[in-house]
Amino acid sequence: MARMTVREAISAALREEMYRDERVFIMGEEIGKWGGTYAVTRGFLDEFGEKRVRDTPIAEGVIVGAAIGAAIAGLRPVAELMTINFAFLAMDQIVNHAAKIHYMFNGQIRVPLVIRTVGGGGRQLGATHSQTPDVVFAHFPGLKVVAPGTPADAKGLLKSAIRDEDPVFFIEHATLYQVRGEVPDDEDFLVPIGVSDVKRVGKDATIVSYSKMLQVSLEAADRLAAEGIEVEIIDLRTLRPLDMAPVIASVKKTNRLVVVEEGWRSFGIGAEISSRVTEQAFDYLDAPVRRVAQAEVPLPYNRRLEQLALPQVEDVVNAVKDVMYLR
Amino acid sequence: MAELINMPKLGFDMREGKLGEWVKKEGESVGQGETIAIIETDKASVEVPAFRSGVLHKILVPVGESVPIGTPIAVIGEPGEMVNLAALGVGPAAPSSVAAKAEVRAEAPAVTAPAQAPQPALEGGRLAASPVALRMASELGIDLRQVIGTGPGGRIIKRDIEAYLAAQDRAAQEAKVAPAPVVAPPMPIPSYEPTPEGYRAVPLTGMRQTIARRMVESKTTAPHFYITVDVDMEAAMALRSQLNALLPENEKISVNDFIVKAAALALRQFPNLNATFAGDEIRVHESVNIGIAVAREAGLVVTVVRDCDKKPLAQIAVEARELVARAREGRMKPDDMVGGTFTISNLGMFDVENFIAIIGPGQAAILAVSTVKQMPVVKDGQLAVGTRMKATISADHRVTDGAEAARFMQAFKAALEQPLRLLL
Repeated sequence: MARMTVREAISAALREEMYRDERVFIMGEEIGKWGGTYAVTRGFLDEFGEKRVRDTPIAEGVIVGAAIGAAIAGLRPVAELMTINFAFLAMDQIVNHAAKIHYMFNGQIRVPLVIRTVGGGGRQLGATHSQTPDVVFAHFPGLKVVAPGTPADAKGLLKSAIRDEDPVFFIEHATLYQVRGEVPDDEDFLVPIGVSDVKRVGKDATIVSYSKMLQVSLEAADRLAAEGIEVEIIDLRTLRPLDMAPVIASVKKTNRLVVVEEGWRSFGIGAEISSRVTEQAFDYLDAPVRRVAQAEVPLPYNRRLEQLALPQVEDVVNAVKDVMYLR
Repeated sequence: MAELINMPKLGFDMREGKLGEWVKKEGESVGQGETIAIIETDKASVEVPAFRSGVLHKILVPVGESVPIGTPIAVIGEPGEMVNLAALGVGPAAPSSVAAKAEVRAEAPAVTAPAQAPQPALEGGRLAASPVALRMASELGIDLRQVIGTGPGGRIIKRDIEAYLAAQDRAAQEAKVAPAPVVAPPMPIPSYEPTPEGYRAVPLTGMRQTIARRMVESKTTAPHFYITVDVDMEAAMALRSQLNALLPENEKISVNDFIVKAAALALRQFPNLNATFAGDEIRVHESVNIGIAVAREAGLVVTVVRDCDKKPLAQIAVEARELVARAREGRMKPDDMVGGTFTISNLGMFDVENFIAIIGPGQAAILAVSTVKQMPVVKDGQLAVGTRMKATISADHRVTDGAEAARFMQAFKAALEQPLRLLL
């Protein structure tokens, strides 16, 4: 075990996989000489050379399109999109090509591609650079969508993504890079894609969350524990394929559910989880499922307004009390 | 937003309630769950908790007046809110109009008195309960109309069911301590009454009501049939002595544990008897959860040992001992009583020759087990002393037929007569 940040964990996963498999290479805007906007790939150019660390033009369609071609041809590209907001420029490549090729060619062709990108608000980057549109990508069959919330999961899931035979959309969070945690040193430490994880055990209410909101939920759980309320926290880690088993088991135990997501409420993760719980555990609910999500506005630039629009620890605490009929 | 507080239904047969006391006054703020009024029914005075927090804006029914359940008695809302009574569907309750209403009622009761008591005061006359509260109520046989909801709009939630169960247990405890009141017969004695000197009226506890309702439900809806077998218990009793010689006092295995295990193994072979008749289908349960009927002064309860087909005999013994102890001492947890798929009623301790039991609603069969006795038997054409026990199954003919139940009993008997199978 080593204590490291999410940034170091992702860096380590990339480095280990590049040493393990020479077909693995990285490409993206400013990832080489500059070392990446979030400094994840700093030093990689010197370490692995220009052939495997490729700076690209500012053209997301080109980045993803070229990566798809490389993947089909036998390489293991890890394409970086500077932010998830720029992924919209590559939407045709992601949705119509990466996600569909294996299916449309009757399984003859696989696309072992990883798209690493960064989402989330909270850094005063304005409405067009602060979005959390994770559900948009989770909507499409054919794409695996992963969004870790701890250093260990970040490392283990990225390594699994690189070794996966299918396209994986790997969403990092702009405000999680500094979060520290224990990470196994083992070079074959993998976290399976499509497996939700119980991050905290409790009996009074269940919180389902992932990525940055996992950290917010864990903080809310500490505060609630001080008031004698024990919440159970399920970290989805993967949005597609979605693993509901621990969620259903937990709701059957606690009878109360809060879903915490950073994106907008409408048509969101909370809506999906809530619907599945209604289908699979209706008779166990004691209260309507509560969703904690971003205010339905383009995220403001102003720091106070931005914080007001994003889900805060207090919002999670209140939602848990609501489903327990304590407010 | 302002909302009406209505006369709650506080008992199974309550039609109207009398305003005993307003604990909160108009304009006073009220916390959720705080008592706002005391209602007198013909049985008791009951505190009415506020289903939400706010300010008690308006009292609609003065102290001393009786109104049918569902009638608005007060308005609760936000502080400083202007309350429009007409918008809420109630007229202003000036004392004169109350008096006037009372007069009208006195003159023409047949017209103004509602023919049927309305349901508790919820939207469209519906009783609202959370899904888990509904499930608990159905599994525990609780009449939701007797439970006071403390959720929004009077919704019955899990904690209300738990509070109701706790109150039932307390009532049962008190009933045990306090002597039942002696009440003189209030009506003429029917001519067929053999003892004209009177009777002692014992009020029904909630549990007695529940047992009465469920047993009538079962006997009137499930067509019962019965099969009795005589089980040779010699080998089982010998094995039990051998096993118990090895076990500490608190892990010893009872005859009933052998019976539970034998029934569980037989149910694995005949899963149709481990089922529920659900109207348009039969639900064959995957788990074999055996209910053990436990006699208590307050009334019979059934405690459930789960997955008896999978658990070793020793584990069944330990779990059953704890569950039965909890049931006897009234320390049952709600989970102890739910999820049973088959029931065993054992009256062996009362020197019983044979008896038949009533199937628990939702199950396909119940096994009535009598005393293990020494008796003359014919063995190889010779008279000998045998150790025998009678067991009678009551089965629901909607779910199973005689031949299947008989084969089940054969399997049950075989398991006990070759008891080493129970240890496999």
